[in-house]
Amino acid sequence: MTAAVAIEGLEVVFDRFRALKGVSLEVREGESYGLVGESGSGKSTLLRAITGLAPVASGTIIVNGKTLGKTRDKAFYRDVQMVFQDPYGSLHPRQTVDRLLQEPLAIHGIADGEKRIERALDEVGLGKGFRFRYAHQLSGGQRQRVAIARALILEPSILLLDEPTSALDASVQAEVLNLLEEVRRRHKLTFLMVSHDLAIITHMCERLMVMQNGEAVETLTASQLIGHRVSEDYTRNLLRASEGFVRTA
Amino acid sequence: MSAETIQSRREWLLSDRPASRLQARLGRAYVAWRRFSANRLALVGMLIIIALVLVAALADVLAPYSATVGDLKNARLLPPSAAHWFGTDDLGRDIYSRIVYGARWTLYVVILVAIIAAPIGLLVGTVAGYAGGWTDTILMRITDIFLAFPKLVLALAFVAALGPGIENAVLAIAITSWPPYARIARAETLTVRNSDYIKAVQLMGASPFRIVLRHIMPLCISSLIIRVTLDMAGIILTAAGLGFLGLGAQPPLPEWGAMIASGRRFILDQWWVAAAPGAAILIVSLGFNLLGDGLRDALDPRSGDQ
Repeated sequence: MTAAVAIEGLEVVFDRFRALKGVSLEVREGESYGLVGESGSGKSTLLRAITGLAPVASGTIIVNGKTLGKTRDKAFYRDVQMVFQDPYGSLHPRQTVDRLLQEPLAIHGIADGEKRIERALDEVGLGKGFRFRYAHQLSGGQRQRVAIARALILEPSILLLDEPTSALDASVQAEVLNLLEEVRRRHKLTFLMVSHDLAIITHMCERLMVMQNGEAVETLTASQLIGHRVSEDYTRNLLRASEGFVRTA
Repeated sequence: MSAETIQSRREWLLSDRPASRLQARLGRAYVAWRRFSANRLALVGMLIIIALVLVAALADVLAPYSATVGDLKNARLLPPSAAHWFGTDDLGRDIYSRIVYGARWTLYVVILVAIIAAPIGLLVGTVAGYAGGWTDTILMRITDIFLAFPKLVLALAFVAALGPGIENAVLAIAITSWPPYARIARAETLTVRNSDYIKAVQLMGASPFRIVLRHIMPLCISSLIIRVTLDMAGIILTAAGLGFLGLGAQPPLPEWGAMIASGRRFILDQWWVAAAPGAAILIVSLGFNLLGDGLRDALDPRSGDQ
């Protein structure tokens, strides 16, 4: 199998702060790959570096066989799309769902807009009734569905997910995760998913990388994580923390 | 229209699942209108402005006498009476007719200044705010230079350079009134440029031009409309000031500021010559201020999620 995303020695520096210190990883085509770590470990920065939102100091990023330079062209954005963490902040407050979904089609000059918008809304489980609503008329889960529809409308092959469910409550979280699973299967997408929730990562991903302080700690498969067959202390701590608070009295 | 159809129309407008683009847009406008019309004073302001527009449009019908040709022999400096509601001036012209025609010039100045200054300010501010770096520094320093001059003095200098006349007064006022709009637009842009919804559009591959024009400007426009409306009173007063100094409208144009200027020679004995246009300026300025306050309540993005 070929690599959808291959990263080699990636460094990201913000004003002398090294957010990523030479991280390498390889995501195979059609795979769902997780990035786990505490806040500030650099996992979101890694996604932003791929999309060009974070300044890359050194290292190479190869997406679908193409090495990325300083800028990204339009073709790149048709291949790679991203879903943001906060559904309350990622939708334009003055645009209807219709306008939001039309924008990527207009930018890329895609003709069959009407059909695509209807299909995209159906796909994420929002009917026609939602098409002309504003973001403030939607719940958190509905907003995240719109964000997913927007990411899918360009029919990308790689979807970057930045904690897509952490701002949602538990029942809605499950719905959105199932939706993501479903679209991945249907479109044979490659996922690169960031989360601090080990349960979500083990549920969604086949392989994962544990990160700390901008460095990779170790790479595991989901079954290794479930079986607690880990080699680093940091991962062990993370696992213990994920089991939750245990009353010792 | 029966009460029932009104009720169903309101429901259609307020529906939380609109079925078309038009319905969504109208619904939004209706919500803004309801918030605006809840403010009585704002409605009064709007009525004053509508009255001003009507008077300007119907000046030919409303004015009983010519605005520029008076009766020098029989009608100089007459006090208010049934024949001349606001009296006559030193050239025997009916002041009421001059005020009615003057409404046209007031509107002309206000509208021209607004459509010249607001877009310049919006463009400079959003580009500076979104681009950042050197572009921002250069654009904002230019803005600062313009802000450092007193408005009327700078307008005077421009009129002096361009020559007196109402068109040049409009240009001079427009040139001096865009900097605050640029400041506002830049401040608004800075608050949204790093938001996820702008990032999301960047990730669609949108050009910076498109992002500024279609995603950032719409967010700046409501605070700009509010500010421009509140500034209208100032624009009228600056135009009147230029007219008063003899650098704005030239005789025999019935511009309100110029009318006060010509009335100041008889202000003690024939007070109505200056008082009538003064009252007209006062009422219209008040109208714009009330309207601006109402618009702030209805459009301000910080008051509610609309």
